[in-house]
Amino acid sequence: MNTENILHLDHVTMQFGGVVAVNDLSVDVNKGQIVALIGPNGAGKTTAFNCITGVYEPTNGLVSFCGEPMVRNHPQGKMARGYLGEHGDLYTARFSVEDPEAKAAAEAQQDPAVKAQMQADYDKALEERRSKELERDPLAFTDKVLSPTPDKITQLGIARTFQNIRLFSALTVFENVLIAKHMRAKQNVFSATFRMNKAEEQRMREEAMALLEEQNLAHLKDEVAGSLPYGLQRHLEIARALATQPKLLLLDEPAAGMNPQETQELTEFIHKIRSEYDLSILMIEHHMDLVMQISELIYVLDFGKLIARGTPSEIQNNPRVIEAYLGVADDAEN
Amino acid sequence: MIQDQKSKKGAVTGLLFIAIVLLLVVLLENLSAILPAGSVPAVLMPTSQLFTVLKKGAVYSLVAVSMNLLNGFTGLFSLGQAGFMLLGAYTYAILTVPVSAKDTVYYLYGGSAVNFSLPDLFGGVDTPAGLILGVLLAILLGGCVAALFAYLIGLPVLRLKSDYLAIATLGFAEIIRAIFQWQPLGPVTNGANMITQIPTFNNFNITDANGTVILRLSTFFPFLIAIICIVVIVMLINSSYGRAFKAIREDEIAAEAMGINLAKHKMLSFCISSFFAGVGGALFAMFVNNAQAKVYTSTMTYEILLIVVIGGIGSISGSCLATFLYVACAEWWLRFLDSATTFASPTAPNRIAFMVIFAVVVIGGSALLIHRERRGSNQVWKQTLVGLVAILLLGWLAWFAATGELTLPLLRTGFRMVAFSIIIMVVVLFFRQGMLGDKEFSDILFARRRNAGKEATK
Ligand SMILES: Nc1ncnc2c1ncn2[C@@H]1O[C@H](COP(=O)(O)OP(=O)(O)OP(=O)(O)O)[C@@H](O)[C@H]1O
Ligand SMILES: [Mg+2]
Repeated sequence: MNTENILHLDHVTMQFGGVVAVNDLSVDVNKGQIVALIGPNGAGKTTAFNCITGVYEPTNGLVSFCGEPMVRNHPQGKMARGYLGEHGDLYTARFSVEDPEAKAAAEAQQDPAVKAQMQADYDKALEERRSKELERDPLAFTDKVLSPTPDKITQLGIARTFQNIRLFSALTVFENVLIAKHMRAKQNVFSATFRMNKAEEQRMREEAMALLEEQNLAHLKDEVAGSLPYGLQRHLEIARALATQPKLLLLDEPAAGMNPQETQELTEFIHKIRSEYDLSILMIEHHMDLVMQISELIYVLDFGKLIARGTPSEIQNNPRVIEAYLGVADDAEN
Repeated sequence: MIQDQKSKKGAVTGLLFIAIVLLLVVLLENLSAILPAGSVPAVLMPTSQLFTVLKKGAVYSLVAVSMNLLNGFTGLFSLGQAGFMLLGAYTYAILTVPVSAKDTVYYLYGGSAVNFSLPDLFGGVDTPAGLILGVLLAILLGGCVAALFAYLIGLPVLRLKSDYLAIATLGFAEIIRAIFQWQPLGPVTNGANMITQIPTFNNFNITDANGTVILRLSTFFPFLIAIICIVVIVMLINSSYGRAFKAIREDEIAAEAMGINLAKHKMLSFCISSFFAGVGGALFAMFVNNAQAKVYTSTMTYEILLIVVIGGIGSISGSCLATFLYVACAEWWLRFLDSATTFASPTAPNRIAFMVIFAVVVIGGSALLIHRERRGSNQVWKQTLVGLVAILLLGWLAWFAATGELTLPLLRTGFRMVAFSIIIMVVVLFFRQGMLGDKEFSDILFARRRNAGKEATK
């Protein structure tokens, strides 16, 4: 079993004014895993996605992708005073692993030999704590802020779909997929306009076409995306995300508005794309059947806070989850 | 592969079409010389309004297409077109006034601070090389200056929500107009006076040794430049970058999630659009034979905006078509609206003709509008509005016919603009799609199947 870490959220907090939409959230997705993020409406799931993909700059926290710090922030400016979350110092130079009591005890020691020994022990323990923090966050003890724009994050290899489908609805199916190829094309505006590198354009088209064929959407390539039926729009949005050649795919309620049979098909589809495109998947979903069937690990959010983390069976039997989420869902369904 | 052949065929058809247009223009322009003297209809005389319309139409269609690139294809709303045209016009004029004419042109400032002239560097305006190279280089630089200013405005403004771009560019256009009339800049900009004696379209007419024109190219030249520029814009729109622009127009957040760098692409589109507006400005200076800051008002921007809206936001051929229609109406066909008209007698043929045309336009127009609304969204208030206006107008006509009134009311200087305002209101209320919507003329001509369900799901 390969346990290479793909995505790591460390104490991520997103505060809008006085509303803490995501509160101290830590999530891990390992290579090849399908992980679900669930929670009642307004729990902050989509906001968590937006923090990962650069749509929002998290107020505090660290997001690492493939072991590299990608997004990092600490409360700044006005937010530094109004910050309601925890660990406000964790990603600043103020953060320290010193232990004042142990240090004072060492200094207060009279016997020089014991004192030297205590001092050495203290330094060693401090160094250990420091290196542990550096392992967790290579930028620890600095104020460094990382906030790449969404396009940079997509280029790193994270693709996403949206809760309310966001296709380029006036463009054709083919164009929708082709646009994903733009970011990696070796061309500038001049060479592209004057068709100086036809091979590049040809390659983009062929790749996009190949993807449409793999996804059985080729026959629709000249259809206007906005005119497709709902289910196909969802499918196209996933295909378009795959066209960016991601390592990690974020799906925001892919089964929304689907009937049980379609949901079943979606389960198979997600398994299929995971193996075919060598993906790790993090998804938000309300359909419990789908979540329980498909995910290896489930994170449960409520009011922005992580209330549980575990395998489907652990989650199903967790009283806090049942109280916060499943009870509500049952009510809603009845 | 199939895609490729299709686009190749399109390119060939397009080139053929362009060649035919250019040939027609040259032919039309020189028909007065070819036809036997005396049998030349007045429209074809070189002084005819027709050629003014064609020249101005060529210049304006380039500016309209450049605005459409930004507004229609990238979804950014800029109102600075006149400002960028001004920059292009002044750059062109400053760089092309012949050295020998500088003292006369800049007499208020004792000569110009710019002591060279591009055509003179290549041998003077009277030599083919000097004219062509000098003028082309100056036009190109005009575009570059406009693009540079666009870059500087874009740096702070494009980060904001796109409404701010409209405000900022509108403000920029007003400020730049004031700056160019500022006295201390006189040695460069000639203050509030115009810069004259610049090479114009007429310089491209080919003359013999005696100075008689043997081949007119004064309409051909603006057509050629405008067409080249528009072709470049179309190629840009059909390239990968054009697709990225359209993606931004459709949905910024999704475009960014597809790896498109918003800041970079918006800036690109803005600078390129402004570049061509600058080129258009240089051509406009050639068209009016001078550069004068007070011409480039926001009214000019609104004219262009009107054209883009009428032609269809997102349609290049719509913009071109609408430009010529608009310019023809403004400069030629609707001129009569600006002059008071009194008929000779109640039964004068032109009075009868006026009444018939008026009745046909009102009845036909309102019937068309009401029919459209019936078929479409079926908004009763719009139908009622059209009906009421039509009844009012017809009532007036009946009164006009019955009383034997000889003077047409309202027709005086400025009424043309009122008529245009009414037209834009009609367009906004009833034809929000413009003439061609976001389709191209070729799509309609060859009836290429477009998806009919598009509107249904919106
Ligand atoms: N840009 C914003 N400004 C202010 N508040 C926001 C913003 N975005 C989200 N919120 C708030 O954050 C909270 C979480 O919203 P979010 O959309 O993340 O919920 P969700 O878990 O995705 O819910 P759902 O299941 O309904 O999609 C909500 O209370 C919302 O009002
Ligand atoms: Mg959500």
